[in-house]
Amino acid sequence: MKTKFIAALAASTALLAPMAMAEEMANDMTLVSWGGAYQKSQVNAYSAPYMEMHPDVKVVWDESSNEAVAKLRAMNEAGNVTWDLVDVVAADAIRLCDEGLAMEIDPDKDLAAAPDGTSAADDFGDLLVSDCFIPQIVYSTTFGYRTDLVGDTPPDDICDVFDLEAYPGKRALEKRPINNMEWALLCDGVAKDEVYDVLATPEGQEKALAKLGTIKDNVIWWSAGADTPQLLADGEVVMGSTYNGRLFSVIEEQKQPVAMLWDAQVFDLDGWIIPAGLPADRLARVKDFLMFATDTQRLADQAKYISYGPARASSAPLVGQHADLGIEMAPHMPTDPNNAKNTFLYNYEFWADYRDDIDAKFQAWLAK
Amino acid sequence: MAALTPIYRTPVTFYVPVVAAAGALAGLFVGTAQGSGLLGIVAGAALMAALALAVTRVIESEKATRWGMAALFVAGGWLIGGAPGLILGAGFGWFFGWFTFWLYEGRYRAKLPTYLTPGQVLWHFTFRVICGAILVFLITPILVVMPLSFNAENFFTFTPEMLRLDPAGYSLKHYRDFFTNDDWQQALRNSVMIAPVATLLSVSFGTLAAIGLSAEHVPFRRPIMAILISPMIVPLIISAAGMYFFYSRIGLQGTYFGVVLAHAALGIPFVIITVTATLVGFDRSLTRAAANMGADPVTTFFRVQMPLILPGVISGGLFAFITSFDEVVVVLFVGSAGQKTLPWQMFTGLREQISPTILAVATILVGISICLLTVVEMLRRRSERLRGMSPG
Repeated sequence: MKTKFIAALAASTALLAPMAMAEEMANDMTLVSWGGAYQKSQVNAYSAPYMEMHPDVKVVWDESSNEAVAKLRAMNEAGNVTWDLVDVVAADAIRLCDEGLAMEIDPDKDLAAAPDGTSAADDFGDLLVSDCFIPQIVYSTTFGYRTDLVGDTPPDDICDVFDLEAYPGKRALEKRPINNMEWALLCDGVAKDEVYDVLATPEGQEKALAKLGTIKDNVIWWSAGADTPQLLADGEVVMGSTYNGRLFSVIEEQKQPVAMLWDAQVFDLDGWIIPAGLPADRLARVKDFLMFATDTQRLADQAKYISYGPARASSAPLVGQHADLGIEMAPHMPTDPNNAKNTFLYNYEFWADYRDDIDAKFQAWLAK
Repeated sequence: MAALTPIYRTPVTFYVPVVAAAGALAGLFVGTAQGSGLLGIVAGAALMAALALAVTRVIESEKATRWGMAALFVAGGWLIGGAPGLILGAGFGWFFGWFTFWLYEGRYRAKLPTYLTPGQVLWHFTFRVICGAILVFLITPILVVMPLSFNAENFFTFTPEMLRLDPAGYSLKHYRDFFTNDDWQQALRNSVMIAPVATLLSVSFGTLAAIGLSAEHVPFRRPIMAILISPMIVPLIISAAGMYFFYSRIGLQGTYFGVVLAHAALGIPFVIITVTATLVGFDRSLTRAAANMGADPVTTFFRVQMPLILPGVISGGLFAFITSFDEVVVVLFVGSAGQKTLPWQMFTGLREQISPTILAVATILVGISICLLTVVEMLRRRSERLRGMSPG
């Protein structure tokens, strides 16, 4: 009886395996993104309507954007690129493009023109920071604070983060030098337009770390976008930096006692790259999807689900209300004039040149 | 166990300080929760010393004391901490009522041999307390997850409503999310498709390898054994990276079959080790006897050897199954998004979006694991009993 049982199991295995393999041969397209609410907004705005129009295409999502650079390198080395379209931040796109891991695109040929006929290159404008990069959104890294833990005078200045007397308690900061160093210098009396000149010198870097040192004992360092919302909801920190869309979700969707501190928010871009070396049939399929997913209406639709600004100028007027909550999304955009009184744009050139050096110093300082 | 030692009442100078010390420990926790640990220690010690003296001198009835203490602590707990304080208070009261009389009447000594010195008696109970503390330390992280999975909020937070035991603070929505969300369902399907097949492969290959390696005439047994169990010793990330490049070359990367093979390779060492251990107690003359009576090697294996080493095979298989079911590193390399397993989904979920659905899944998995282990253990005992291997 046992023999029969094992034989039956073996037979079913032999039957199952080719079935499962055949399934993978289907017409599927692997999109890589960040998971969470952001990926959900992409599913709702891009891939769900696309699949309605093309029922034969199957979209598979992979939440691996965090390690996209490393994984693309490995795939390239192994000669086995399994991803079709990858969502990365602009800095990673620039790196991937320089290393030849991402494909260069021609905005006017590969991307749709705006409804009024403006070419895609003009519509995206300055945001096309790399030849391989198709921007989707403008997001910002900024602070949120617990309204019930800050007393009667809520913080309205970035330097309140460094003010332990007025706002005692823990702060959440990202575990990397980018943004933190700029904020530290700003609050150490450096003028905004001189921040990067100062930061380029070893003395300036010391100065920034010294300023961060004044609050080091009160900092919880985060590395994933979901950390600060969790810490804020717990009341574990009084204030913390994270992406503005995460804070929107905490405040408006989860109804937590949290508010935004938009001062000195740092703008950054997120968008698609096509991995280099795709076979022709997959490339054609992904280009068709890309043309659709980055047109004016689709980018505006995404803002219904998450508070990131669409990267096309022509999408801005189409931004409407939140899909479930029915609130106007425009005032929650980082680019809204009320929120963008004092902003920074992530300095790609500076960080491309200094990142390794300052990273090493920052990590050494952290370990001290 | 019957009483070994005659018991007698202990002096006040013994039981009151001991109860006070226990009260101080309890007071430390209550006090820390209320803001001052030191005050808690002092208050706990004083309160328990006074109560111990009072109940043994005035009430003198254990039953009345237990109810009285429970009532007193319930009232106190309610005042300090609301509903949860009430439950904790009842437990505390009941425990201290029993504890005081247990010491006072000398019952603690009853089941220990007469010849033990006080120091040995003390060590006997200290040892048990240490064991209990280690158990608590091991199991608390798992237990904390369970109530949190019924959270009504989307964060890993014990909300004030939950702490008040208010039904509004609890919900099943994360369980609903798990059963209705396509991502989780796909991950569950993948895990259920991959783990049993990987287990089957590991058990077949592992058992065969163990039997072969325990035969005395096989040359280079030790080096072969070392190579076969190396996936258990080599850091997982190294096997994973190696498999990634190798499987990419031969076209297995990102396929269902590739993940199954990778998991089977990880599971085989467990099967080899458990089966080899069972084979040590296996009497080789049985196979010779079977051969002598005309059974061919395959029949001998299935009819004679397999039933006797089955407990080892089953526990090896269980380890292989759990290895595959819990594995996240290798599948991240060898699999593609189409083979996303439950641990993969939990891993990315924890990083990108801290959602209590992960806790709901964890709770379900803990439940399944407990059921699985119980069933296997019962089957194993039953088969041992049937074959008269253990009294039972």
